[in-house]
Amino acid sequence: MLDQSYYDKTDAIIQLRGKEERFLIPIIQDIQEAYTYVPPELLDYVADKLNISEAKAYSVASFYENFSFEAKGKYVIRVCDGTACHVRKSMPILEALTENLGLSKRKHTTDDQLFTLETVSCLGACGLAPAVTVNGKVYPKMTPEKMLSLVEQLRKENE
Amino acid sequence: MGHMTIDGRHVEFSDEKNVLTVIRNAGIDIPTLCYVSELSTYGSCRLCIVEDDRGKTFASCSEKPRDGMVIYTNTPRLMRYRKLILELLLAAHERDCTTCVVSGSCHLLELAQRLCVDDVRFKNTREPQPIDRSSAAIIRNPNKCILCGDCVRMCSDIQGINAIDFAYRGTDALVTPAFNKTINETACVGCGQCRVVCPTGAITVRNDVMPVMEALADRNAIVVAQIAPAVRLALGDKFGLPKGTNVMGMIVNVMHRLGFDEVYDTTYGADLTVLEESKEFLERLSSGSGLPLFTSCCPAWVKHCETKYPELAQHISTCRSPMGMFSAVIQEYYKNPEKNEGKRLVNIAVMPCTAKKEEIRRPESKNKGVQNVDYVLTTEELASMIERSGIVFDKVDIESADVPFGIGSGSGMIFGVTGGVTEAVMRRLNQGHDRTAMADIKESGVRGMEGIKEFTYRYNGRDLSFAVVSGLANADKVMEEIKSGEASYDFVEVMACPRGCIMGGGQPAKSGPRTRTARYKSIYETDINTQIKKSDENPMVTMLYEGLLKGKTHELLHRNFEEAQREREAAEQ
Repeated sequence: MLDQSYYDKTDAIIQLRGKEERFLIPIIQDIQEAYTYVPPELLDYVADKLNISEAKAYSVASFYENFSFEAKGKYVIRVCDGTACHVRKSMPILEALTENLGLSKRKHTTDDQLFTLETVSCLGACGLAPAVTVNGKVYPKMTPEKMLSLVEQLRKENE
Repeated sequence: MGHMTIDGRHVEFSDEKNVLTVIRNAGIDIPTLCYVSELSTYGSCRLCIVEDDRGKTFASCSEKPRDGMVIYTNTPRLMRYRKLILELLLAAHERDCTTCVVSGSCHLLELAQRLCVDDVRFKNTREPQPIDRSSAAIIRNPNKCILCGDCVRMCSDIQGINAIDFAYRGTDALVTPAFNKTINETACVGCGQCRVVCPTGAITVRNDVMPVMEALADRNAIVVAQIAPAVRLALGDKFGLPKGTNVMGMIVNVMHRLGFDEVYDTTYGADLTVLEESKEFLERLSSGSGLPLFTSCCPAWVKHCETKYPELAQHISTCRSPMGMFSAVIQEYYKNPEKNEGKRLVNIAVMPCTAKKEEIRRPESKNKGVQNVDYVLTTEELASMIERSGIVFDKVDIESADVPFGIGSGSGMIFGVTGGVTEAVMRRLNQGHDRTAMADIKESGVRGMEGIKEFTYRYNGRDLSFAVVSGLANADKVMEEIKSGEASYDFVEVMACPRGCIMGGGQPAKSGPRTRTARYKSIYETDINTQIKKSDENPMVTMLYEGLLKGKTHELLHRNFEEAQREREAAEQ
């Protein structure tokens, strides 16, 4: 059970967006914005408020890679795998990160809740390819080596 | 109105909703996997693809008929497309056809054979998913799912539950409850309609045949079965008899041969329900509180009402279902050492219903914490038992059901169709038994296969207002009107399955409009041929009230709320 403040916040979001089925996506976007992820309890809560089933809400939300139902780590690393980044070797960066952080296709967040690894289809920074963002800050022209040293630096900062 | 040319033939059409229907009406059975005429059109399987005179191909289910259309349904190009589509579907499908429970009735397999798919060149790249056996009614195997979405639309369009839906996308797409929950964690009511429309073995009925077989072989067990009204009109389907044939006599005979000690008729239980429910209705009418009275025969409806409209749950009749009442009476009857011959009783119910498998496990259905029904078998499971035994069904003799619970009235019989419970109660309210009174009731608006029927009936100088509903999405409409005060009724009958138990989730699947009309007609024909029309005129019922039921009507015929309370408290601790 989440703290009551989560439900109050969600009520406010629904109030702002409108209590209609067609506003499901903006509502859960706002929730993700507020908490960095969509807590499953809140998706159920929103579905109930909009008078749709939880399965329907999940159907919509799970369609989009962007929505996450798990709490994210302190640092959200997004590796761009758009066409430009892909051809300029974004995959080795992703593979290096996956291995270094002990993650997998199904596991996106490290056990210590420090890092979350995601891929995005395009950051719109193709000129900087391959691009990576950490908590929104763009790191251009990345390599696996540069990436791993950045991760190391962030780890140290948190010791 | 207009005309089109289909494969060179001139075809008229009127208000058909799509080209597919026009083609089918013209006698061409275009294959489909995701098209169920009652549900919204989805257009995903693409098997109904056709070609026009300019060589443009399109899915005929998703195209409106236009005057002057020229359509080809069977060009070599279309054949190639359809075959490839099926090949791709089969590639991502767990193809254990030789051991799959639905092999004999699998629509996917049938189409694969019809369209001559002789090779599957592609590998299955889908990740294996766990099989969900959490529900007492259905089993879900996502590995056999071809993502046609028929179950999803049945569950949302017709039943208004939407327990399952698509999740994820592309090659990861799945039909699943939210967050990969199991079925028993959802609002699923166990109606089994998803399984009726599933073209593969992705959703099947939980099978309880083996434990029943074990009981039949046990010399220390006395095995008793009751047969619901709708079962006898559908079982013959599985053995090639004309649709709607009443095979009760053959069922009794074959079940005796299978080893059942006694075979009783649930119409008898329905008669008990009519008496109890009418009594409750009259009490509520005279006190003026607790109206409308909701029927309680359909376990899927009861569960739906309790989950979605808890504030209206006290309107549900306290009566057990006919199966519930009857099984409690059977339990009591066989407590007598003279009757049970020192053996343990195994109480079986053969039902057109999958939700009954859940109902028997509910605390309200129990007495002293013990289930009254040990196993519910669906019509299909009974058919499978007969097939397994090797007994040639269409050659068996007929027999009448066993005494003392083998006689039911016409009122009990019509419980199997939407409006039946209401009509039975109306007959009971009507003190007379003249033909005009019966005809008045028949013409009151209670009959018909529509999803929502509303009518009034004059009783004791008062116009009683009735609603008869089938399909839970229809029930939702009526409930919303009741909640908002837009409508007010005295009596509301709800059956979860569209058209009632004759089209229940446990009935032989692949049954379309012809089957349902045949079953509908047959159930009323059986009523016509039954001499006792009213439940209170069933002499065996009268006898029971004077004997076994004395002082026990509440305990045996009404739902056990004390038990439910106890279980709730135990769960909370």
